[in-house]
Amino acid sequence: MCGIVGLFLKDKSLEPQLGTLLSEMLVTMTDRGPDSAGIAIYGADQNNLAKLTIQSPDPETDFAGLTDELRAAGISNASILPKSTHAVITVAADQIDATRKALGELRPNVRVMGTGSVMEIYKEVGLPKDVLERFKISDMSGTHGIGHTRMATESAVTTLGAHPFSTGLDQCLVHNGSLSNHNNLRRELSHQGIHMETENDSEVAAAYLTGEMAKGKNLGEALTSALDDLDGFFTFVVGTKSGFGVVRDPIACKPAVMAETDAYVAFGSEYRALVNLPGIEDARVWEPEPATVYFWEH
Amino acid sequence: MPVLDLATTELRALNASLHALDKNGENAEFEVINPRGAHAVAVGIDAPVDVHIKGSVGYYCAGMNETANITVHGHAGPGVAENMMSGKVVIKGDASQYAGATAHGGLLVIEGNASSRCGISMKGIDIVVKGNIGHMSAFMAQSGNLVVLGDAGDALGDSLYEARLFVRGKVKSLGADCIKKDMRPEHIELLGKLLSDAGITDVKPEEFTRYGSARQLYNFNIDNADAY
Amino acid sequence: MSHKHPVTTPRKSATFDDYTLSEIRRAAATGIYDIRGSGTKRKVPHFDDLLFLGASMSRYPLEGYREKCETSVTLGTRFAKKPIELKIPITIAGMSFGSLSGPAKEALGRGATLAGTSTTTGDGGMTEEERGHSETLVYQYLPSRYGMNPRDLKRADAIEIVIGQGAKPGGGGMLLGQKISDRVAHMRNLPKGIDQRSACRHPDWTGPDDLEIKIQELREITDWEKPIFIKVGGARPYYDVALAVKAGADVIVLDGMQGGTAATQEVFIEHVGQPTLACIRPAVKALQDMGMHRKVQLIVSGGIRNGADVAKALALGADAVSIGTAALVAIGDNDPKWEEDYNALGTTAGAYDDWHEGRDPAGITTQDADLMKRVDPIAAGRRLANYLKVMTLEAQTIARACGKNHVHNLEPEDLCALNIEAAAMAGVPLAGTSWIPGQGGF
Repeated sequence: MCGIVGLFLKDKSLEPQLGTLLSEMLVTMTDRGPDSAGIAIYGADQNNLAKLTIQSPDPETDFAGLTDELRAAGISNASILPKSTHAVITVAADQIDATRKALGELRPNVRVMGTGSVMEIYKEVGLPKDVLERFKISDMSGTHGIGHTRMATESAVTTLGAHPFSTGLDQCLVHNGSLSNHNNLRRELSHQGIHMETENDSEVAAAYLTGEMAKGKNLGEALTSALDDLDGFFTFVVGTKSGFGVVRDPIACKPAVMAETDAYVAFGSEYRALVNLPGIEDARVWEPEPATVYFWEH
Repeated sequence: MPVLDLATTELRALNASLHALDKNGENAEFEVINPRGAHAVAVGIDAPVDVHIKGSVGYYCAGMNETANITVHGHAGPGVAENMMSGKVVIKGDASQYAGATAHGGLLVIEGNASSRCGISMKGIDIVVKGNIGHMSAFMAQSGNLVVLGDAGDALGDSLYEARLFVRGKVKSLGADCIKKDMRPEHIELLGKLLSDAGITDVKPEEFTRYGSARQLYNFNIDNADAY
Repeated sequence: MSHKHPVTTPRKSATFDDYTLSEIRRAAATGIYDIRGSGTKRKVPHFDDLLFLGASMSRYPLEGYREKCETSVTLGTRFAKKPIELKIPITIAGMSFGSLSGPAKEALGRGATLAGTSTTTGDGGMTEEERGHSETLVYQYLPSRYGMNPRDLKRADAIEIVIGQGAKPGGGGMLLGQKISDRVAHMRNLPKGIDQRSACRHPDWTGPDDLEIKIQELREITDWEKPIFIKVGGARPYYDVALAVKAGADVIVLDGMQGGTAATQEVFIEHVGQPTLACIRPAVKALQDMGMHRKVQLIVSGGIRNGADVAKALALGADAVSIGTAALVAIGDNDPKWEEDYNALGTTAGAYDDWHEGRDPAGITTQDADLMKRVDPIAAGRRLANYLKVMTLEAQTIARACGKNHVHNLEPEDLCALNIEAAAMAGVPLAGTSWIPGQGGF
């Protein structure tokens, strides 16, 4: 079980504070999830460039000399920004797949957390405040972001078990709840060739969405299919390149609170997560309806 | 009026002060400021004190309240006034899920909207909601009255026992064993009193529709299997 | 013609045995599932499949009498201002007034108090008799919330939040019309004589993250005095215990499939929930992995019958055990002296489990005024206390033989198993070998 936060900025002047605001929201949710935490930040579009967020259990060894090796492998403009156990590799926009392949060969222990033109994903074991501090999230700016803090239910507490799970370019998912048919779904998705790293039910949800979109659906349609195909209790918050989406299962027992002002749209598992947002006293505060897909986009 | 500031006072100390009040003494009045979505504010009170909470609260505000008058000048999170025994709780804003859950008595007034499962398992409480209520409200409601000036969501009164439901707006769908019932003079009178207790003067009992249990699920019958 | 040739011996089917055939006929006749009380009646791996090793050249026993073997246990040391001190590591499990008669509840309270231990209320709330006669009373907090109120919460000695029980992990309470008397109806706020429908989830929270907030509320209402227990059935013991710890429990009660109920569907009892023996090691491992063993206490229930079961549960890592069925037998349930009455109901002493019908010849699982008189609360209380003391003495005897001065010092290494299933479930070697099947993580 877990705590989820999300922030979508309408007011551009708040963008430099995105990391700080999201960090505060996430730390407030620590009680709901003491095991691990993760955050996805959507930053500025860098023309024709793309980012891969990678994670290594042995960052010093793995990140040393990596860009030289990538360039030697044909990824011409690779550059790297290490941040503790994670690093952001920036490459030309059309070289994401080639970079993944090269990484697989050069650094088999490194995991790709997410890819896209604007999204970076950071997640680790530990309390939210420690995870956020490790990656200096409060220094980051961006247009929107989602965060998650985890209380593991039926799978292990590991880095890979933490959320967000990436579902595609600039897309990722966080989940509060407990699915009940994820094992069957995992087997089906594996059979379709979709690879999952953990026993985590949330990873299956992310993989499911990826699978549906690979069949041609857009994210909204994939989330609508999820309401039929996924069983159990869930509140999903999905980050996309231009915004974020929210959906709750039809029974809707897991909490979800939204707040909107002229400056932002915010999501929290509890109202407490939203109290430090500017202008919250006058915000429109409401709860999303069950079995309904909501989207906010730039 | 004593002011308890949750920004500087521990929640435990706040509740302990409220628990220490003399049950027989004069009505004390308290103000609680800076709740900022905190949980379990003003729970387990059993003295006739007036508590004004300035701001929005988290889960279970006024839980198990007995005789106190508690007003939240803001929104309330899930489970407000859960298991209340007596007294009055007023929410000026909206209430989240499970408002008045399993409560035995007293009056809960929600001036905004209530969310899903309003009055779930209610056991004698009176709940008056000026706005709308969400799905699965009055699930397994055993006794008491739920009055809704706005609309009700799906599955109203699913698996209902003897609680009475009065809805002025539309009902999206009725739950198992919940049916429309006639408004008789005694219901008009009861509803009139509830509205008056809640300080509502601009609507009339005649504008409401009454819903209650069809009592078909009171004894197990295999032909009702679809309802289970 | 056929008698000219030899015929085979008539053979009944193991799959379609007599019981199964009778159940199919019953279902076809009535159109309703079979409802009964008690726990699983099937044979499943249990404590009898384990043995203690005892004293030898390398381990020396304690003498009786002077060389004490202590049995006390403290519950609720993690957060509660007033933990519970028990003289013996055996408590009386939650059973409702409603499923049991008033005199039966009183007998349980008297017996437990004489023995220095606690009783637990059930799905109907706290009665004055039980609070009056039970010196240490645990108050159950269930999905139905029948009779729940802050006054009883504040005068309880501990609060037990029920997620589930071994007989029906995922099922709610069940009480049929014949047992919803005036008094029961009043306590539960239900119309008299109806069949109670019960919720299976709590009304105002779902999931350990929200349970954590609920526990905070209960602690605030009771000024942090009372130990908070969480009770679960034998579903996913490793994860359930880890989550109970994360949600903030002081004590965890883990009830295996042998655990009884007053009434539920037979199919639930026999086919959902793991045997008690399979649950203990994973639960203890979860506590150990979190550094919480002995800091969050573990109470095991479901088929505890004698001091050997008590000692084995403690050896596997439990802090205490709880008894339900055994306590009822001690106060007179299924006693052969009522055999004529059992026969009249179509059954026999030892097999009677239609407790939901409210016609119990022993006067325990009934609300009938005449039948209830068959339990003399004082005499029955004495019997329960005797039984509890025997179990305690038996556990001490075993512990002394294993060289322990406190029953909590029993360890898994004091045990071996008679078969592979028990060895795997208990995580102890098969007798005569050093093999523990199934070691490979939970």
